Amino acid sequence: MTARARPWIWGAALGAALLLSIAVATTIGPAPLSIPDVVGSVLAHLGIGQSPLDALHDGIVWQLRLPRVLTAAAVGAGLALVGGVMQALTRNQLADPYLLGLSSGASLGAVCVLLLGLTLFGLPLLPPVAAFGGAILALLATLGLASSLGRITPTRTVLAGVAVSSLAAAITSFVIFWAASGDSYRDVLNWLLGSLAGARWPQVAIALGAVIVIGVPLAFSGRALDAFAFGDTTAASLGFSVSRVRWGLLVASALLTGALVSVSGSIGFVGLVLPHAVRLVVGPGNRALLPLSALVGGVFLIWADTLARTVFDPRELPVGIVTALLGAPVFALLLARRRSEA
Amino acid sequence: MTVDAAGLVVESITVRVSGATLVDGAGFDAPRGAVTALLGPNGAGKSTLLRAIAGVGGGAERAASRGVTFEGDDLLALPRRERACRVALVEQEASTELPLTVRAVVALGRTPFEAAFGGRDPDADGVIERAMATAGVTTFADRELPSLSGGERQRVMLARALAQQPRLLLLDEPTNHLDVAAQLDVLAVLQQLAAAGTTVVAALHDLSSAAAHADAVVVLAHGRVVAAGPTAETLTPELIRKVYGIDARWMTNPLTGRPLLAVARA
Repeated sequence: MTARARPWIWGAALGAALLLSIAVATTIGPAPLSIPDVVGSVLAHLGIGQSPLDALHDGIVWQLRLPRVLTAAAVGAGLALVGGVMQALTRNQLADPYLLGLSSGASLGAVCVLLLGLTLFGLPLLPPVAAFGGAILALLATLGLASSLGRITPTRTVLAGVAVSSLAAAITSFVIFWAASGDSYRDVLNWLLGSLAGARWPQVAIALGAVIVIGVPLAFSGRALDAFAFGDTTAASLGFSVSRVRWGLLVASALLTGALVSVSGSIGFVGLVLPHAVRLVVGPGNRALLPLSALVGGVFLIWADTLARTVFDPRELPVGIVTALLGAPVFALLLARRRSEA
Repeated sequence: MTVDAAGLVVESITVRVSGATLVDGAGFDAPRGAVTALLGPNGAGKSTLLRAIAGVGGGAERAASRGVTFEGDDLLALPRRERACRVALVEQEASTELPLTVRAVVALGRTPFEAAFGGRDPDADGVIERAMATAGVTTFADRELPSLSGGERQRVMLARALAQQPRLLLLDEPTNHLDVAAQLDVLAVLQQLAAAGTTVVAALHDLSSAAAHADAVVVLAHGRVVAAGPTAETLTPELIRKVYGIDARWMTNPLTGRPLLAVARA
């Protein structure tokens, strides 16, 4: 449509890049495999033909690498998408998926289970469940604080999120200082920095399920967000129910982020940086921006995680370190480029 | 002009914001296919009344509206989206930091006509082109909004509203940032739209342009309607002195032969 953007071509190219990335990243690792090996093995598990691999390598593909790559794709897509939505919703360029205290809440939940052995009604909690619970509690605290300040506005919500984040982070640090020892540090760091090392099929189900159920409708919310760009009155005069749309998007974003954080910990910079990068290419309209950000996010996190698990093989980096190492300089470049344009 | 055909009929609208009454039982008729000017000094409640008619009063505004009908239908009972397919509002100050292109902004006007997911409506491109041409923004269709002057931006907002193909067009100070030539262009566009059947209600600051271009006027003061009716009969020198505290006299514009309202400080 517009002069500088051909969103459909970008969408098709990125969709192809995502599929190719999934296939290629699955071949990479200590046990070298080829793309036909991987495709054959996956098809065999889907009931088509015979796997070309022996049981050991077949297990590596189906039990380890593929679930991890798929989780990376889903988490990356979801984070970039929610980042774009939050930036539009709050009209704040620095917004990211964790703006409402979700990551700090999730980290606190996970740390309490890992270090304090927190239980619920005497039942042991899994870290992902505790992380999701922590994220939702933090969201409720943020919204409760925002509404106690008066009518809920985007600015008040952001400020309340900062307050809740700081408190949850302080309590998390206190718990770590008090209780962490030896090996438990590593588990805790994985949560705080974000890691996909534990991704198996249950994690794929959670992350991919959340992206399909919540993320796909969010990706098509661009025209509502474009109308919101001119303020609430214009959005209402174009037929949108302003408060219902705003809260629907906010709650959907929070639930999706909570689900992603519960499988991966809080991976930074994906949701903050990638929508800005996509904006440079297709322009600021959210209609194209949101779906394309999701595709870019999936590709980006697949490769960031592939680096994280192979560069220092056999040791692994938390992928959050890789995204920060790549994301921070990219963000700086984007800022510099915008300055030279202005 | 067919005054008897029901256009916009407002029985009574009252709008309160945290205790203060901005619009107080305002009621008036705006004839179908005519330009009705909403007049009144600053703070008379023109903008608030327009928002209440459009049903988009935001924030702390509490509107109590009774008997707001357009072409016989209860306007505020219509679902939002259906209303957006019939009523468009051009706000006085609508801006964004998003560097959207003019074309993309005008395309927003087609939003209410699209299916919830996916498809654009098939005649969108044609409607958008015509709206841009009518509002005179085609020459800078691919420029980004922040690079435009205030007057150009205001015409983009008019084009966006025209893309809604409204039966009822509400405008808040549409000539505000425009130079004289552009003001005359916009007022001429409003008259063309009215001639083609659209009911136009525009809040205007400038008495003289209202006098020359509006078929009917509604005069507000302190949130109440103090006079309403055909322009020449309603805008009497006495009324203008009472509402604005200035002297006024009807004359004939020697350039156009149309009515001209001369004004001077009392």
